[in-house]
Amino acid sequence: MEFKTATNRRLSNAASTGLYGTGVGGAGGGASRLSLYQVAPCVEVSIEEFEQFALDRLRVLKAIEENRARGRRLEEVEAVVNDLWRKHMRTPNAADAHNKDMISHFVLRLVYCRTEELRRWFLGMETTLFRQRFRSETPESQRRFMEECKFPYKAINTTEFEALKDKLGQVARSLNQPLPTGMVLHGLTSTIYIYVPFEEVPELVATRRVFLQRGNAFVPRDQLVAIVSNHFRARLSKALVLTNRKWTATIAEEEKDRLTPIVEALSTRYLGPDYSQLKSKTTIGLQDLDSLAQRSFPLCMRHLYTKVKEDHHLRHGGRQQLGLFLKGAGLKLEDALAFWRAEFSQKMGVEKFDKEYSYNVRHNYGREGKRTDYTPYSCMKIIMATPGVGDHHGCPFRHFSQENLHAVIGGLRLNAHTVDDIMGKVRNHHYQLACAATFEGVHGCQCDGINHPNQYFEQSQKVLNPQLKSGGDDLDLSLQGMPVVPNS
Amino acid sequence: MRQQQQQEGPVPMEEDVKMETTAEDSRHLQHGFSPDYLKLYYGRLFPFTEMYRWLSYGNDGKHPGCDPSFIARREFSFTLEHDIYLRYLSFHDASEMEATIRAKCPHKIDIGAVYNVEPAKRTAYSGAGSDRVFSPVERELVFDIDMTDYDDIRNCCSGADICLKCWPLMTIAIKVVNTALRDDFGFEHILWVYSGRRGVHCWVCDARARRLTNEQRTSITDYFRLYKGNENTAKKVSLVAASLHPSLLRAYTDVCRPFFEDTILLNQSLLTPEGNYERVLDLVPDDAVKTNMRDRWQENRRSSAAKEDVNASRWRQLKQTLESKQKGQALRRCVEEIVFSYTYPRLDMEVSKHMNHLLKAPFCVHPKTGRVCVPIDPQKCETFDPTTVPTLSQLLNELNENEAKHSSINNGSKTRDLEKTSLGRAVHFFQTSFLDPLLQASKAEVAAAYQEKLHESASRPTLNW
Repeated sequence: MEFKTATNRRLSNAASTGLYGTGVGGAGGGASRLSLYQVAPCVEVSIEEFEQFALDRLRVLKAIEENRARGRRLEEVEAVVNDLWRKHMRTPNAADAHNKDMISHFVLRLVYCRTEELRRWFLGMETTLFRQRFRSETPESQRRFMEECKFPYKAINTTEFEALKDKLGQVARSLNQPLPTGMVLHGLTSTIYIYVPFEEVPELVATRRVFLQRGNAFVPRDQLVAIVSNHFRARLSKALVLTNRKWTATIAEEEKDRLTPIVEALSTRYLGPDYSQLKSKTTIGLQDLDSLAQRSFPLCMRHLYTKVKEDHHLRHGGRQQLGLFLKGAGLKLEDALAFWRAEFSQKMGVEKFDKEYSYNVRHNYGREGKRTDYTPYSCMKIIMATPGVGDHHGCPFRHFSQENLHAVIGGLRLNAHTVDDIMGKVRNHHYQLACAATFEGVHGCQCDGINHPNQYFEQSQKVLNPQLKSGGDDLDLSLQGMPVVPNS
Repeated sequence: MRQQQQQEGPVPMEEDVKMETTAEDSRHLQHGFSPDYLKLYYGRLFPFTEMYRWLSYGNDGKHPGCDPSFIARREFSFTLEHDIYLRYLSFHDASEMEATIRAKCPHKIDIGAVYNVEPAKRTAYSGAGSDRVFSPVERELVFDIDMTDYDDIRNCCSGADICLKCWPLMTIAIKVVNTALRDDFGFEHILWVYSGRRGVHCWVCDARARRLTNEQRTSITDYFRLYKGNENTAKKVSLVAASLHPSLLRAYTDVCRPFFEDTILLNQSLLTPEGNYERVLDLVPDDAVKTNMRDRWQENRRSSAAKEDVNASRWRQLKQTLESKQKGQALRRCVEEIVFSYTYPRLDMEVSKHMNHLLKAPFCVHPKTGRVCVPIDPQKCETFDPTTVPTLSQLLNELNENEAKHSSINNGSKTRDLEKTSLGRAVHFFQTSFLDPLLQASKAEVAAAYQEKLHESASRPTLNW
């Protein structure tokens, strides 16, 4: 890609090659609107377009993220994606739409290649986007695209099909899906099922949506999107790592007067606080935990806190979820150790705690091992958890049964109307909205949406202690209740 | 062991084990474990050769295609006495492995992944901006099935205890998972090992399995996941559709239902007394059925068929009620849900998901029970009895007795020592039914990969005239 500013300067070769991916193939001209983004297009782009295209695409990706975070299922999210794409990625001249697609993708690659977290985010959003665009193509167009990209798969022939018919039907029925038409009409079976090594379709294997035999997965054609999007994801993942290398090695320096500031601004612009920069603005003390748990903890942490006080034990998932949350809320390491020791030692004795559990607490604070300062879990991560027997972590709005959730919410003493609202949201799988509604019921004020338990905590503290400043100087919340004169 | 000997240095291997009991020793004897016995175990019985041959996967230097760095890039970890933990250990060859284990006498040995460089040299490869990252390259697909994950359905024991009434749950898990790994995923080289106390481990060693990514491992573990939930959720096994996935149907028909009806129902007394049957009824979503069963069972002290076990007859009644056509599809699935809740395997998700997860090596001795982690034959897992697995002290006793009987000079050969004890059988099984086929396949792969490399470089233009 070559870039020029208003004054017609050209980009040097070294910089432009940094945007190329590896391998062959790519968008097939006008034939398929989809692309694996293998090779950057060779067009001239103005600096203004460079930024604007990227921003438009970013709007689409951010909206995808928000819809996913609301706990909506993938199918619902994908329905929204079409509208967003049309809205933001329109061009005055229809022929330019493809260019805008390519350019915006490659610019965002530069933006989001630079850290593991950014790469993971970009990978997830782009894959969702690609899936929906693939699904909305006609079968004919899908087939053409797969041929262009030279995907390796084998169609199953009639004899094989006859042998496996029953089992394939069983799988379809186990998903409450109609039997594939190939089973009713003879002679049209060859393109109905394909088989691939099971490694190609992990999500189908994970949910038992596919028949497996001797290492092969038999995928009905309408699930092709799973295979294709996995390839897309794998290739993009590798490309991002390569782009990062090129960026750090050469481009960032060369472009520091021109493109680098734009690229760096783009990445921070839209991401909300993720509590990974843990310069905790406030600290909380050991003695306040009880009252804070009652008043300001989100339900997931309240539950864990209650359980640890009751059972004097928590399994690993719960220790991580609650422990990191407390760290993000401002509990210092010494206090954290004191807390966990006080609780656990009641059941197992101080020596056992010190021997087996204190290491983990210190590890969470980045004082052991490879010294990673772990970030508190976001709602997304907590909702996706899989608590098992004996576990209490996870999101209560998702993981609790209706009765249990009802009982726990009852303990908050909200009015019946609020409780119904919350239960309704839970039934529709809007877990984070339910949490926000809980916040509103408890605090009596508006809440925009909860993406992170520490966000809930901070907002709650802000509401309860309006005289304290929310940023800047270190504030000691253990002095709650005492009048605090904010610095001018 | 004589107390003075400990201070003087390592025990010479030719010496007999004298079971002089001091106060400390008698405690150890009961558990069957002591650091001194462990030293003798590593000295004379631990099957180093077989373990080394396994983990080399054919890279034994006899073929030009062998990779001499392969075994050196495998991570091991030791847990020493007093819970000292050493990670990122690796060995260049069999003798180094043997010598290090004998010297350090670890209470537990864990096997990790094969990395791209020797674990001991990993710090040369860290640092931001470096192209080279210390990362795993290969690792067996492993599973850990632990009895404590079944605590909510065990009425006979809890926690670390196991008995022959609840052990069938492990048998079920082995049968279901083993069949699925072979028939569904096509794996062939599968090793099942007793974990020493309350569970089993599974090592899938096919090359295809060793190269699986974390995401693929997670998907396989999810494939086996049926029991979701804990005390906060209500229903844990949820089967909503018109039919079961073929894999679940096979498990149900071949393993879960027979074991449930013939063994678990009775062993765990699932339907009597009231506390027990209430928990089963909790899984029934229909209040009318629940009330109906309660009425019948509360009044039904002694039924006419007094010979039939009360659990069996109650189960028959419940099944009939649930399966009767008027009740509708949701309830018909309920029978399977109940059976699966009480039988289907429960895997520890975290163990299988990540390539770098460490897992205890076979043939270690469990410090709390003294039992050796012996392989289990999946074809005969119904007859495996965890209470008769050899313990450390038992093995050393066997060694003593055998040598007392035969006055032949002990030339220190381990194989002969092994055969003097009941551990010999376990190692023999490991060798013949797992290791030999695996090595055959591995060596063929080494040769094939080498051929391909030759072929590739031959077709490239060279500078030769």
